[in-house]
Amino acid sequence: MEVALEDNNLMEKVVLTPDEQEMDVELEAKEKKYLRGEGANLETLKDKKLKTQLASREKLYGKSAKAAAKIEKWLLPASAGYLETDGLEKTWRIKQTDIAKEVDILSSRNQYDIVLPDFGPYKLDFTASGRHMLAGGRKGHLALVDMMNMNLIKEIQVRETVRDVAFLHNDQFFAAAQKKYAYIYGRDGTELHCLKERGPVARLRFLKNHFLLASVNKIGQLHYQDVTYGDMVASIRTGKGRTDVMEVNPYNGVVALGHSGGTVTMWKPTSQAPLVQMQCHPGPVSSLAFHPNGHLMATSGKERKVKIWDLRKFEEVQTIHGFHAKTLSFSQKGLLAAGTGSFVQVLGDSSGAYSRYMSHSMVKGYQIEKVMFRPYEDVLGIGHSMGWSSVLIPGSGEPNFDSWVANPFETSKQRREKEVHLLLDKLPPETIMLDPSKIGAMRPSRRKEKPTRGEVEAEKEVAIEAAKSVEMKKKTKGRNKPSKRTKKKKELVENVKRTFPEQEHSAAGKKRRIGGEDDAAAELPACLKRFARTN
Amino acid sequence: MRIKTISRSVDEFTRERSQDLQRVFHNFDPSLRPMEKAVEYQRALTAAKLEKIFARPFVGAMDGHRDGISCMAKNPNYLKGIFSASMDGDIRLWDIATRRTVCQFPGHQGAVRGLTVSTDGNVLVSCGIDSTVRLWNVPRPSLEDSDLSSEKSAEPSAVYVCKNALLAVDHQFEGELFATAGAQIDIWNHNRSQPVHSFKPGNDSVISVRFNPGEPDILAVSSNDRRMIIYDIRMSSAAREIRMQTKTNSIAWNPMEPMNFTGANEDGNCYSFDGRKNEEAKCVHKDHVSAVMDIDFSPTGREFVTGSYDRSVRIFPYNGGHSREIYHTKRMQRVFCVKYSSDATYVISGSDDTNLRLWKAKASEQLGVILPREQKKHEYNEAVKNRYKHLPEIKRIVRHRHLPKPIYKAIAESRAVNNAKKRKDDRRKASSAPGTIVTKPLRTRRIINEREVE
Repeated sequence: MEVALEDNNLMEKVVLTPDEQEMDVELEAKEKKYLRGEGANLETLKDKKLKTQLASREKLYGKSAKAAAKIEKWLLPASAGYLETDGLEKTWRIKQTDIAKEVDILSSRNQYDIVLPDFGPYKLDFTASGRHMLAGGRKGHLALVDMMNMNLIKEIQVRETVRDVAFLHNDQFFAAAQKKYAYIYGRDGTELHCLKERGPVARLRFLKNHFLLASVNKIGQLHYQDVTYGDMVASIRTGKGRTDVMEVNPYNGVVALGHSGGTVTMWKPTSQAPLVQMQCHPGPVSSLAFHPNGHLMATSGKERKVKIWDLRKFEEVQTIHGFHAKTLSFSQKGLLAAGTGSFVQVLGDSSGAYSRYMSHSMVKGYQIEKVMFRPYEDVLGIGHSMGWSSVLIPGSGEPNFDSWVANPFETSKQRREKEVHLLLDKLPPETIMLDPSKIGAMRPSRRKEKPTRGEVEAEKEVAIEAAKSVEMKKKTKGRNKPSKRTKKKKELVENVKRTFPEQEHSAAGKKRRIGGEDDAAAELPACLKRFARTN
Repeated sequence: MRIKTISRSVDEFTRERSQDLQRVFHNFDPSLRPMEKAVEYQRALTAAKLEKIFARPFVGAMDGHRDGISCMAKNPNYLKGIFSASMDGDIRLWDIATRRTVCQFPGHQGAVRGLTVSTDGNVLVSCGIDSTVRLWNVPRPSLEDSDLSSEKSAEPSAVYVCKNALLAVDHQFEGELFATAGAQIDIWNHNRSQPVHSFKPGNDSVISVRFNPGEPDILAVSSNDRRMIIYDIRMSSAAREIRMQTKTNSIAWNPMEPMNFTGANEDGNCYSFDGRKNEEAKCVHKDHVSAVMDIDFSPTGREFVTGSYDRSVRIFPYNGGHSREIYHTKRMQRVFCVKYSSDATYVISGSDDTNLRLWKAKASEQLGVILPREQKKHEYNEAVKNRYKHLPEIKRIVRHRHLPKPIYKAIAESRAVNNAKKRKDDRRKASSAPGTIVTKPLRTRRIINEREVE
């Protein structure tokens, strides 16, 4: 019996050719990406039924990861762009004019300069599919462009200062931060909403999964508003003064602000205190950008350094000396574009660390206001003081789009269906956290530990804040005296405080009892001393 | 210098004519989908809520009998029909689609205790406490029967008389024999007026009988002296027997795993056994608060339905200890018989209030013809809900059922009693020498003994 089994084993051994081995290794590397982390540790389970169920599920995950890796290798229609030089030639010396000669007609149509000198420095925004672009000039010019046909869909002149522009969930709606308030416009230029609560807004960003419009205003207040039904979800007083630098981390929906003291703070709508505060630069932070995978953040300060931070450990990974970037942007493939003055520098991490990849210098007088990579294309959009331009950066965009995620060739019917599905999948604001993988994970059952002193204090403060911010009903007919109002408010806060002091008293009480026994013993008359408790 | 940029031609990515399907491209890269886990959780939550919104399990009631329903039988060849018999001797054939009586079989004096149909669907066998076995010819359903107002009635093709009242009957699978149970077990042939074979398991009456669907000569029997006995009719005595602490009201074999059977017990639990190894139950299904009267397996073999004296019908998974669904109505009184329809879509319950009730097996299922896209969406919702069903928010929604007050209170009471007992046992065990007190698992606790009879 045993001999037969050995024979079977021998027959199953297949020798792979070196090519096949290479392919195997490649496929395994791709598989890791699709497995999304380590498998569960099933050894600790005692329940046999659960163990077998989970083991079969893990096998299925492995199979689906293998299938996805094979699809990526063989079935995806397009491959990524690249720029390779031979030997002495350096990639950052290659000009856009040289690229234009080598590239096909469709791509060369993506290189252009639009000169609009009258309306001030332009800010740009692209929709998620990269099909539409919104350009907002400081002097009030808003233009919505269809990038595929270079069609101007709508342009309006709002005759006010426009500080920032942002698309909402698709090209049908966009928001503009104007002189006094922020406004939401429809695709045909009609003003739909005036967002008065926010005050004079400096920066606007949209959180796609949560349908939240985040903005920071001139006083340094952070506002989150749910655009589906208009509720202001959170208004947070940052306490750090006026800031112009705000970016959203696409991986977890956290908003990062860069302050004039050199700190970068990260916020979520459900808490009044920042999640993280990092001291990034000795001077003010001039710009900020997040890598799409959520682990890297690039910041630049006025001391002419660009620093790359790892957000898992909150440590600096790399410093790039030499220039102060007024605007930063990461592409889908991880290239970093930095714009200073009239010069754009693109850095790539092909060799592990970020190094010079390409550069583009514009005409001397043009001051670059914003750089932004166009999704799913090898294109960098540059908004500057004389209009906007578009340059080709090979290897920056993701070549294969998924129709269910973002489809640049969307028809109106598909767009409407997608809008409904996005709304059904809208996440509540509580899901914004530093580590989104905690959602859907089971929390380990905690033994009933007593919360520490610090935690209790924090809870108490939160409860007191909540009690203080309760809106009192305005009474009429002479019952609305200020003295009565303050008295009622004080009562509320007192009630909240009363639920908390038990800890202190019990701790103090215990102490008293331990000491008290000795006292009790001392108090007894001499003849009864032998009956005193001795522990 | 070698250079390549992304350039997409519109023709490749859009359709040529409006008659073509739209082109869809996939890229499964997780980096394109930030917060995918949170979105999936949100979808699971929506799916759980939708399931509850569409949960309307009650389809209809079949009204007509004049006394409580005592037993039912499925016709293996005709999906739409079901036979039911009541305590006053009235046997009817129902058309489930229209919920009307197609044919009546009058003749029994007194309660009919057993009904069964032969495997080819031609012969209906019924037995009752008037000590008779009657064989009927089942009328063939035809297009001429569209006149619903006429209720036909048939004459028995044969009447066999016995000595004692008969309590149960079951027909052999793919065979010509049927077994009746009463004071003893009799094996009959259709054409003989006397039983071909007889078994006497003891002095107590036999209350239910069931042939094995896989092995046509094996049958399981439960008697009033709390025993479950497995017979092989080719031998002269029993093969195996299990004695429990309370009697088993009904037995059902798993149609997909014919070596396993489940018994509906008087103590409110159902015990699943492996027919080859009887020392311990394979699984104990606990959820009813009162005696379980009847049990029937789904044709998929993955779940079974039970009807109990506590006025509820429950559906259990074949290997799970707790029910996945409970059906109850204010008007439904003690449930005496249940059947799972042969297409695994419906559950039929017959109860004391003279009604047969038709329920959906999956409460939120969309019946009728489903488009392929709808089907895929249902499957996706089911899968994503199952992935997150252990998390508290979703578990609360999925688990939530409204229970009638007496059942709710009985469950709370039994939980309090069991917790107190468990706490005391744990303390007793903790304060005694390790190994002196041994807790028997529930699977063996209720079995008194088991033996193989030679």
